[in-house]
Amino acid sequence: MGSNSSSMNNIPNAEQLVQETGFSAAHILRLYERFQFLDKDDTGQLRPEDFGAVRELAMNPIGDRIISAFFSPGQETLDFASFVRVLAHFRPADSNRTRDGAQPEPANSSMRKLKFAFQLYDQDRDGKISRAELLQVLRAMLGMQVTEEQLQSIAERAIQEADFDQDDAISFDEFRKSLEKVNIDHKMSIRFLS
Amino acid sequence: MAALWTLSVLLSACLLWPVCLALTPPAELPQPHNLPPLLGFNSSDGSPSVDLPMALRVFSVDYHHVQAPFEIVLWIMLASLAKLGFHWSGRVPAVFPESCLLIMVGLLVGGVIYGVRHSAPPTLSADAFFLFLLPPIVLDAGYFLPGKLFFENLGTILWYAVLGTLWNVLGIGLSLYGVCLLAQSSLGDVSLLHCLLFGSLIAAVDPVAVLSVFQEMHVNEQLHILVFGESLLNDAVTVVLYKLFESFLRLPSVSGLDVLLGGCRVVVVGLGGLFVGLFFGLLAALTSRFTSRAQVIAPLFVFLYSYLSYLTSEMLHLSGIMAIVTCAVTMKQYVEANVSERSNTSIQYFLKMWSSVSETLIFIFLGVSTIQDVHMWSWPFVCSTLLLCLAWRATGVLLLTAVVNKLRRNTVTFRDQFIIAYGGLRGAICFSLVFLIDDFPKKRLFITTTIVVILFTVFVQGMTIKPLVELLDVKRKKRALPTVSEEIHSRLIDHLLAGIEDVVGYWGQHYWKDRFEQFNRKYLRRFLIREDHQAPSSILRVYQELERREQRRDEEAPPIEDPRSHSRPLLPEEMDSIRRILSRNLQNFNKKQTPAYSRHTLHQDTTMDKTRKPLYRHHSLGERYKYNTITHWPQGEDGEFNGSHRVRAGLCRSHTVCAVGPRPVLQDSSVPAASAQRGPADPKSAATKEDQVFPQNQAPVGGEAPKKQLSFVLENEKQP
Repeated sequence: MGSNSSSMNNIPNAEQLVQETGFSAAHILRLYERFQFLDKDDTGQLRPEDFGAVRELAMNPIGDRIISAFFSPGQETLDFASFVRVLAHFRPADSNRTRDGAQPEPANSSMRKLKFAFQLYDQDRDGKISRAELLQVLRAMLGMQVTEEQLQSIAERAIQEADFDQDDAISFDEFRKSLEKVNIDHKMSIRFLS
Repeated sequence: MAALWTLSVLLSACLLWPVCLALTPPAELPQPHNLPPLLGFNSSDGSPSVDLPMALRVFSVDYHHVQAPFEIVLWIMLASLAKLGFHWSGRVPAVFPESCLLIMVGLLVGGVIYGVRHSAPPTLSADAFFLFLLPPIVLDAGYFLPGKLFFENLGTILWYAVLGTLWNVLGIGLSLYGVCLLAQSSLGDVSLLHCLLFGSLIAAVDPVAVLSVFQEMHVNEQLHILVFGESLLNDAVTVVLYKLFESFLRLPSVSGLDVLLGGCRVVVVGLGGLFVGLFFGLLAALTSRFTSRAQVIAPLFVFLYSYLSYLTSEMLHLSGIMAIVTCAVTMKQYVEANVSERSNTSIQYFLKMWSSVSETLIFIFLGVSTIQDVHMWSWPFVCSTLLLCLAWRATGVLLLTAVVNKLRRNTVTFRDQFIIAYGGLRGAICFSLVFLIDDFPKKRLFITTTIVVILFTVFVQGMTIKPLVELLDVKRKKRALPTVSEEIHSRLIDHLLAGIEDVVGYWGQHYWKDRFEQFNRKYLRRFLIREDHQAPSSILRVYQELERREQRRDEEAPPIEDPRSHSRPLLPEEMDSIRRILSRNLQNFNKKQTPAYSRHTLHQDTTMDKTRKPLYRHHSLGERYKYNTITHWPQGEDGEFNGSHRVRAGLCRSHTVCAVGPRPVLQDSSVPAASAQRGPADPKSAATKEDQVFPQNQAPVGGEAPKKQLSFVLENEKQP
C-alpha cells in the first residue's frame, strides 16, 4: 500500500518500535507514510512548522500546545521514532494484556494518557497546574465569549474543587482524581490505531 | 385553565353539530331536497324544484354550496382550538403528551358524530393523508434538520433505519405467523405473506409521533437526531417492503428472483427519492437566485418545489419522504442566502404553521377513525402483536447498538438505547398503510390491531417514557453532576483528540465533509447564489462558523450575576451559570448538549436573520446587543461601563465582521451594551483565529416565548 513503496526496511528501528509501542507493522507503515507526508522538505525530521500545515490543527484552540507536546523540551526537531512514541499514547488499551511487574508501563495506559493531557496544561513542567496556566488554557478554549471576571471565576472554581492540599495549584494526582469518573481509556483513544 | 380547555372542546363540538346534521353518509349523493328553498336567481346547484317561492327570500342558508371547504375549515379549526386549549390547560401538558390529548379529542368528536348519525364518522383517507397531511410535517422536519449533526451520525442512522427496520419487519412478521399457526382455529387463514405485510407496516417508527413525544423530554441533540433520522429514513425500507409484499400477494407464486428484485427495489427507491429531491432542491436554489425583484413570492417557490419533489417521487413509486427531506436540506443554504430576511421568516413560519396544523389534524383523525363499526377483535393476535413489537424493537436496538458502539467515539449509552427502543412510536403512517391493503377476510383484524398498537404506543409509551427515563436518570444522579474541573478537562481532552486525529490524518467523515465543502464553495455557491450575496471567503467562513455555533445554543439567557469578586465561595446559581457557560461556549465537537428542536416554536437560533444582519445591515446591530446575555448589564447603569468591559464584551463577532465589513460604526447609542462595541480593534486579531469568534447569546425577544414550550434544560450528560 502507498504510492511511495516504502517497506518496513526503510523505516529505521521498525521492529524496536513495534515492540516498544505495541503498534502493528501495518500501523507503523501507515504512520511512516503520514510522517513523510508531513515532512515536506524530506529531511527525515519534523519541525513545528510542518505541523502547522495541518489546517484543522491550526484552528484547534489548543493546537499549538498539542504541537509542542510532540517535541521534547528544548528540541526543535522530531524524528519518526519520537513521533510514533507520542502517538502510542492514543492507542486503545489492550484488554488481554497481562502485566508483570518487570515490564515498564505501556504508553497507552490510562496513567500515561492522563499524564499527556496534564502536560498540555503544565507548560513549565513543574508538575503542577498553576492558576495562570489554567487561565491560559481556559482563555484559549473559551475564546472571547466570556469576560475576564468570568474566566477568573471559572478557574477559581476549578481549583477549589480539585485542590486538596491547598497550594492553589492542581497536581497530577488531583488532576487524576477529578477525572476519575471519566473513562479515560475510551475517551483518549483513537480507535483506528488499535 | 382546564375549564378553558374543556370549554373550547365543547365549543368545537357545538360547531360540529350543524356539520353532523348536514353531513351525508359517504356513499350517498347529496340530496338537494333537504335544503331550504333558494333564491331562484342564485340557484347554482341546479335545484330541480319547479315551484319557486312567490316572495323574495331575505335570508337563506345554502350549506351545500360551501360544504366541502366549510367542513375542512371546521376540522382545522377544531384541531387548532384543541391545540390552544391544550397549551392553556395548566398542568395537563406535563403529564399527557399533546398527541394523546389530540387523539382523545378525536375520539370525543368521533363519538359525537357516531352518536348523532349512528354510522361511522369520516375516516382519514389514505390519499388525503399521504398527499396532503404528511408532506408539510416532513418538509418542516427536513428544513430544520441540523445538517451537520445529521451527516456526522449518518452511518449510525442508516444502520438503525435499514437494518433495524429489516430486523423488526422480519421478526414481527415471522413471529406473528407462528402465532397464527398456533391459533389455527381463529387465525388460520392469515398467510405468511399477510403476516409479513402486516409486519412491514407495523414495524415502522413514525416521525410524527416520535417528534411530538420527544418535545416534552430532555433529549440531547445526538439522541434526537438518531431517533428522528431513523424514523425518516426507514420510510424507504418500510414502503418498499410493504409494496413488495403487497405485490407478492398478488403474484401467483414467489420465487427467489422476486426476493432479489425486491432487495434491489429498496436501493432504487431510496436512492431514487434522494436524487429526485436533489434535483428539485437545486432547481429551487437556482430559482431563488432570481427572486430579488419579486420577493413576495419567494417563499412560495420553496413550498412548490418541495411539494413537487414529493409528488414526483410518489408518482414514480419512489420514497416521497426521502425526496422531500433531501430537497429541503439541499435548498436550504442557498435559498437562505438568496432571499430577503422577511421571506426567510415567512418560510419558516409557514412551515411551522402547516406542519403543526397537519400534525394536529392527523392525531385528531386518528381518534375519530377509531370509532368505527368495522372492528374485529382477536385477543391472541392483538396481544401478541403488542408484545412482539416491543420485544423485537428492544432486541434489535440492543444488538445493533452493540455493534455500532465499537465504531463510534460517542457511544450510545444505555439510557439512549432505552429511549430509542421505547420511543419507537407508531403513528398515522401505519394507519394509512393498513387501509390500503387489498381486501381479504382478516383485513378488519389488521385494522383493529393497528389502531390498538398505535393507541398503545402513543398513550402508554408516550406517557410513561418520561417518568421511566427519569427513573433511569435517578440511578445515574447518584453520581454527582460533573464538576467544573471535570468539564474543563474533558473538553480539553476532546480538543486534544481532535488535534491528534488531524495529525495522524485520520480520514474519517471529516475528509468527505471537507471535500464537499470545497466543491460547494467552488461550484455550487457560485452558481446558485446571487452575486451580491456571495461573500468573500473569509467572511463566509466566519458566517458559516457562526451559523454552526448558532445552531448549538439555547436561548435561555441566565443573567450573569456579579462576577467581579473572585474570592468568595460561589453560590449555587453562579455555579449553574458557570456550568451553563461552559457547556454552551466550550467548543464541543462531538457531543452537543443543546436541546432538541421544537415543533411548535421557532428557536431564536434557527432564525438566520440575526446572524446575517452584521453582514448587511449595520444599524440593526445595536438592537441585537440589547439581548446580549453574556454581558447582560442592567439597562440603566451606563456608568458601569469602563474600559475593561469594552474589551471583553463577548460581541466580537460583530467586531470581526464589522471590521471586515463596510460599515463598522454603530449609530445606536441608546442601548448601553452597544457602547461597548466601539471598543478597541484588538479583537480584530481574533479574526485570524476564526474559531474563537462566537456569537452572543440572545434572550427570547421580549420574553414572550412561553417558557412552558421552551422546556429545555441543559443536561450535562456524562459519557460513560
